[in-house]
Amino acid sequence: MSGFAPPRAARPRLLGRTAVNAVVGLSVLYTLLPVLWLVLAAAKNRDALFSSDLLSLGDFSLADNISTLFATQDGIYGRWYVNSLLYAVLGAALGSMVSVACGYAFDKYRFRGKEKLFGLVLAGVMVPPTVLALPLYLMASEVGVVNTFWSVFIPVLFNPFGVYLGRVFSQGYVPDEVLEAARVDGAGELASYFRVALRMLGPGVVTVFLFQLTAIWNNFFLPMVMLSDQSLFPVSLGLYIWNSSAVVTPDYYPVVITGSLLAVLPLIVAFVLLQRYWKSGLTAGSVK
Amino acid sequence: MTTTTTTQTGAAGAPGRAGAGARPAAVPRSGAPDTARRRRLGACAALMTPFFVLLVVVFLVPVGGAVWLSFFSDDQPGLGFGPERTVFAGLRSYRAVLSDPTFLAGLGTTALYCLVYIPLMVLLALALALLLDSGAVRLRRTAQLGLFLPHAVPGLIAAVIWLYLYTPGLSPVVEALAEADITVDFLGVDTVLPSIVNVAMWSNLGYNVVIFYAALQAVPRELTEAALVDGAGPVRTALQIKVPLVRASGVMVAMFTLIWSLQLFTEPMLLSQATPIVGSRFTPNMYIYDAAFTRNNYGLAAAASVVLLAVTVALSYGLSRWSNRTGAAHAAQEGSR
Repeated sequence: MSGFAPPRAARPRLLGRTAVNAVVGLSVLYTLLPVLWLVLAAAKNRDALFSSDLLSLGDFSLADNISTLFATQDGIYGRWYVNSLLYAVLGAALGSMVSVACGYAFDKYRFRGKEKLFGLVLAGVMVPPTVLALPLYLMASEVGVVNTFWSVFIPVLFNPFGVYLGRVFSQGYVPDEVLEAARVDGAGELASYFRVALRMLGPGVVTVFLFQLTAIWNNFFLPMVMLSDQSLFPVSLGLYIWNSSAVVTPDYYPVVITGSLLAVLPLIVAFVLLQRYWKSGLTAGSVK
Repeated sequence: MTTTTTTQTGAAGAPGRAGAGARPAAVPRSGAPDTARRRRLGACAALMTPFFVLLVVVFLVPVGGAVWLSFFSDDQPGLGFGPERTVFAGLRSYRAVLSDPTFLAGLGTTALYCLVYIPLMVLLALALALLLDSGAVRLRRTAQLGLFLPHAVPGLIAAVIWLYLYTPGLSPVVEALAEADITVDFLGVDTVLPSIVNVAMWSNLGYNVVIFYAALQAVPRELTEAALVDGAGPVRTALQIKVPLVRASGVMVAMFTLIWSLQLFTEPMLLSQATPIVGSRFTPNMYIYDAAFTRNNYGLAAAASVVLLAVTVALSYGLSRWSNRTGAAHAAQEGSR
């Protein structure tokens, strides 16, 4: 379009273009610089950290910091990391399968009261998990599963927004004719879901998985309420405990910073590699 | 997305037939419509059951349990010796919560936070999305990715990063400001709330920019081109053509931002380790945590949870009703795509 602009408008346009790029550029700096600070700070030893001398490359001590991190409290950070991976990867894998299957069934089958039932799912979207954390704790303590792996793992499987996305993706990716063809060929209903529809829903499953992975990795309130045994903590809760020590003992600052950097990396890698999926998820979410 | 759909359809056709071939025994039965219908409903139930079991166990039962528990209270007989008894207390916990100045102060803090944060978020995210959509921005994809990146940083770690950037001695920002003779205490009485708003803004701005940008991409190009031909400048086109068409996204962004703002917990919880200004009952969720785990008063915590849940549901329901009523035109336009 800009190529057809009349010459007299060129100067203000150029100015406007510069201003627009400057505003967007500044916003990107605002979002990126704190992450860059985390990377630089994780590569500094404690003294350089407190002299705010971040850009000098003299005392590069990322390796030292990492080995200190994994030596603190007998390497409990590694344990937390594994826990986070278990909660997030297993939880998101299982949760996204359950949600997408349900969303698919909402799209492809007709039965009485379907939209009312879907309304209940949407009510689940409207109620954030933090509101449920305390009630869940009270229930878990009745059953006696407080302070176990399951007390965190089972609640995070619940992903009503995944059901919504599953329904949207099923509408978009799985044509009814394909299922009809499978039926004519005599395939069972569940077999055609697992062998035909699920393959087509692949990108949708990845999207739901990615969002649920982030949500579980972010989870803080629920583990904080449920867990008292440090060996069951996810990274976020462990770093929270260490940060409270840092206020008293500054030795903990480099440990918290390095631990934070390592905890952020897998998600950043996932989001950069899987751009297509989260964009399609946000697009589907916005076309309500 | 259309390209994805077609390639996926093409690729999945073959395995579908292979799967069907593996079960020839099912063929004769599918003839009777009644059996077919029952089989479909059975499959539907099988696909839905796992999710609805979860829905009951981790959603309906806890909510019901919280409501139930909020009507009971642990009474200690006499001087506090002897076993505790759980007795029916009626609305006593609700009266205690709603007349507790620290709970009301927490609600007030959250309301103030929402009033600052939500309009600012909607305006900034919309403005950035409009700039990205204007066609004047170089490296649009990179800019979007850069803006979105903080969403991949867990909330607690975002709070850690910003807490350290607020802490004198640790923060290059505070030092740079000090060199310019500006002293700012980011964790002072008047600055701590804006500081928390900033953490939330940083985390979620890019996410909402992507939502607005996706909606703007769906605006028919003929409309904006027609406006340009009619002599409207890019700013006027953006404000008078594009903005009204992405209203629904604006309402959705506002609604989800509101729901999450009411749950404010992680950031103030972390800041409370560093500054006495953020007390242990700074927000409703912190009040609930404090009531349950510091004061061991489950009845009070349950009542506060129910109040917070009711406020959340009422506000989001009200907002969605209001948007459904006023956004019919937009929905019709979206539906025609």
